[in-house]
Amino acid sequence: MIFKVSKDIKFSYFYKKLNILSSILIIFSILVLLFKGLNLGVDFKGGTLIELRTESSITTIAEIRQSFLQMNLGDVAVKKFGKENDYLVKIEITKSNDENFIKSINDKLSADLGSAVDFRRVENVGPKVSKELLRAGLLAISLSLAAMLFYIWIRFEWQFSLGAVIALIHDVIITVGIFSFLAYEVNLSIVAAVLTIVGYSMNDTVVIFDRIRENLKKYSKMSITEISDLSTNQTLSRTLITSVTTLLALFSIYIFGGAILKGFSFAMILGVIIGTYSSIFIATPVLNYTKVNQKTILKENTENN
Amino acid sequence: MLYFSKLKLVTIYFIIVFLSLFSFVNFIENEDNILLSKKVNLGLDLQGGSYLLLEVDSQPAIKQKLQNKLLNLRKALKNEKIKYKNLRLQNETINFQLSENDIQRFDDFFLNKENSINAYYNRYRSYEMDYFTTDLGASFPTKDLVTITYSKFGLIELKNSILDDSLEIVRRRVDEVGTKEPTILRRGNDRILIELPGLDDPNRIKNLLGKTANLTFRLISEEEDDFGSELLFFEDDTTQLRVSKRVVMSGDNLTNARPRFDNLNNETVVSFTLDRVGAKKFGRVTTKNIGKKLAIIMDNKIISAPVIRDAILGGNGQISGNFTFQSATDFALLLRSGALPAPLNIIEERTVGPDLGEDSIKAGAISLVIGFLLVIGYMLFKYKLLGIIADLALIVNLILLLGILTILEATLTLPGIAGIILTVGMAVDANVLIFERIKEEMKTEKSNIHAFDMGYKKAQSAILDANITTLISAIILFFLGSGPVKGFAVTLGIGICTTLFCAYFFARHLSSIYVMKNKDKQIII
Repeated sequence: MIFKVSKDIKFSYFYKKLNILSSILIIFSILVLLFKGLNLGVDFKGGTLIELRTESSITTIAEIRQSFLQMNLGDVAVKKFGKENDYLVKIEITKSNDENFIKSINDKLSADLGSAVDFRRVENVGPKVSKELLRAGLLAISLSLAAMLFYIWIRFEWQFSLGAVIALIHDVIITVGIFSFLAYEVNLSIVAAVLTIVGYSMNDTVVIFDRIRENLKKYSKMSITEISDLSTNQTLSRTLITSVTTLLALFSIYIFGGAILKGFSFAMILGVIIGTYSSIFIATPVLNYTKVNQKTILKENTENN
Repeated sequence: MLYFSKLKLVTIYFIIVFLSLFSFVNFIENEDNILLSKKVNLGLDLQGGSYLLLEVDSQPAIKQKLQNKLLNLRKALKNEKIKYKNLRLQNETINFQLSENDIQRFDDFFLNKENSINAYYNRYRSYEMDYFTTDLGASFPTKDLVTITYSKFGLIELKNSILDDSLEIVRRRVDEVGTKEPTILRRGNDRILIELPGLDDPNRIKNLLGKTANLTFRLISEEEDDFGSELLFFEDDTTQLRVSKRVVMSGDNLTNARPRFDNLNNETVVSFTLDRVGAKKFGRVTTKNIGKKLAIIMDNKIISAPVIRDAILGGNGQISGNFTFQSATDFALLLRSGALPAPLNIIEERTVGPDLGEDSIKAGAISLVIGFLLVIGYMLFKYKLLGIIADLALIVNLILLLGILTILEATLTLPGIAGIILTVGMAVDANVLIFERIKEEMKTEKSNIHAFDMGYKKAQSAILDANITTLISAIILFFLGSGPVKGFAVTLGIGICTTLFCAYFFARHLSSIYVMKNKDKQIII
């Protein structure tokens, strides 16, 4: 058995230390975000993205970049993408109204490389649309955080709600921070990944919270620290099994799902790991710090009746 | 929790069979049967194609409308005997000076519901135009500046009508090109979304949509005055020609246009047919101006400027202008479909080649199969016999998911496939929660049946809460996401619903059969 864990790990023993570690990570992430910023894709920055396949395998990135630089298209970024002869080129200029824009690029590039170039994908996002997409993405993330806050507040008590949302913000900031640190591209699918991470992390937290609430009702003598340790242990095997199956699915996308889904699945993998960690070591400690006890839960019951 | 009434069982299995049917339809090639004609659509990122988002630039059209308003206003003010000064157009407003004493009379005239220049919309209880006055200060003590602008509703109505007209013209042009199943939708109050599946190279469509296609016939001007004439360029050329601003005839009078090969001059031309009014006008102008040059102008570029040799009376003519057969075809298409009321700008374009789409489908399918096998294997390894139940639930889950996608005729995108794979990974969670709970109950509970029953009961609230949170994310993503990402939200959201159904109805029934058969044996989870 892989996860034959003993059922009495004192998680609370690590709360302080790991909270300090998380705080450092968050501060680091924010600093990286402030000073390095995000590598925004054309979805959010505007510009033109071309995924191309060259016929000859002796083409180098330098040759492609050289050819693009001669076309005076502003900032040009070239990188390998997926298979052997596949490249991804990002250029600053949009010019989507000029119907010959893409064709002229293809002609010039083919001439420079001395062989035909196949444009497999072209994305062209104007500045107005990219601003709207960015706004919609940020709105979606804030809205989902707010919705979670509200849902947990309805289902549990405000202490639980607070803990869950702190954990979510922790997950989002560190995931985005890692993307900034590694300079990985942030596009629409990353927003989708972040939203799913919010849902997944919440899912994990709720399962532990649910058990804490149940145990609070059952054991009136236990302190919240003991209760959270007990509850975390009781749900630990489920937490790990679900994380494993989700990660199995995600690694399958990451490895076999093609280059387009790489960023998305990478963000999700990060998110699942961070989200699992935060449910145990961020969300749950908040209940300790806010001194949740049996009365908190019973008050809820009398209110409901 | 383990008891199922007959009716419940019948309903559960009916739903499963019903949805399975729809799900299998996707693998059968049959287009005749109406019941079976539903299929999951492949998104542009999977089948290849072009997505274009166009924005209507209504500024020129608004200016044109205001120009017409100004002419009408001048007439109307004269009729009403209201004295005005400096009537002119300025940045989408009409300005003029009015004596303070006349303001009231102007107000009466302007807000009269019957007046000809300021329509009253009963629907909004509002006028088309607004006006306000500004004191001109000490230099003109008795005069006020009147500024007329479109009102909020007037602008909405105008933009709506421009967009509706544009949509119609765009539809005609795209349809004439003959791509398969194009989607043309209006987005908001100034945008048009076009999806062209299977179109590898959108250049031709972009070319056709990028032209307003304002066709005019104007005589070449001999005098150099800037009021009555202007200098215009030839297409693809640097030479200029001075043409009269007076429009002899416009594209509105055309009823048909076709590309044709002119054997006489050995070139491709576009022949056109005029309506009765146009033919009359054209006949008159050509009769009067034999020997002069007539410029054929599209979007302020001269196509050609032939010399009128004979009067053209029959209402048929032809345009030459260095056409290739392709460009003549497109030119004729533009003439047939009519002019756009306003220029369109392409503000977003996404094109995926068909071979990349195919690669994506392959990659998606491979990762789905591998992810699926890994999860199934892991569950068998962790839970043995109960693992089979969870795995069966997972298989049914996928079939139901596909069935619902089919009934909704949803669009499957690459992120959508990722959503399905993610569902595979997360779907077992419900059963894991239940099994773990049963395991715990077994420690204190002697009766297997009771332990299973309690396991299902106690896991319920956690399962519901956990899935609702993910569902909330999916719903928000559905409403705020765009394109392929929306497809992800759809599969993730539906996946959560089918997961709950499978865990709480299908798998629970299997578990109950299992525990009934083994109620006295020791069950190890």
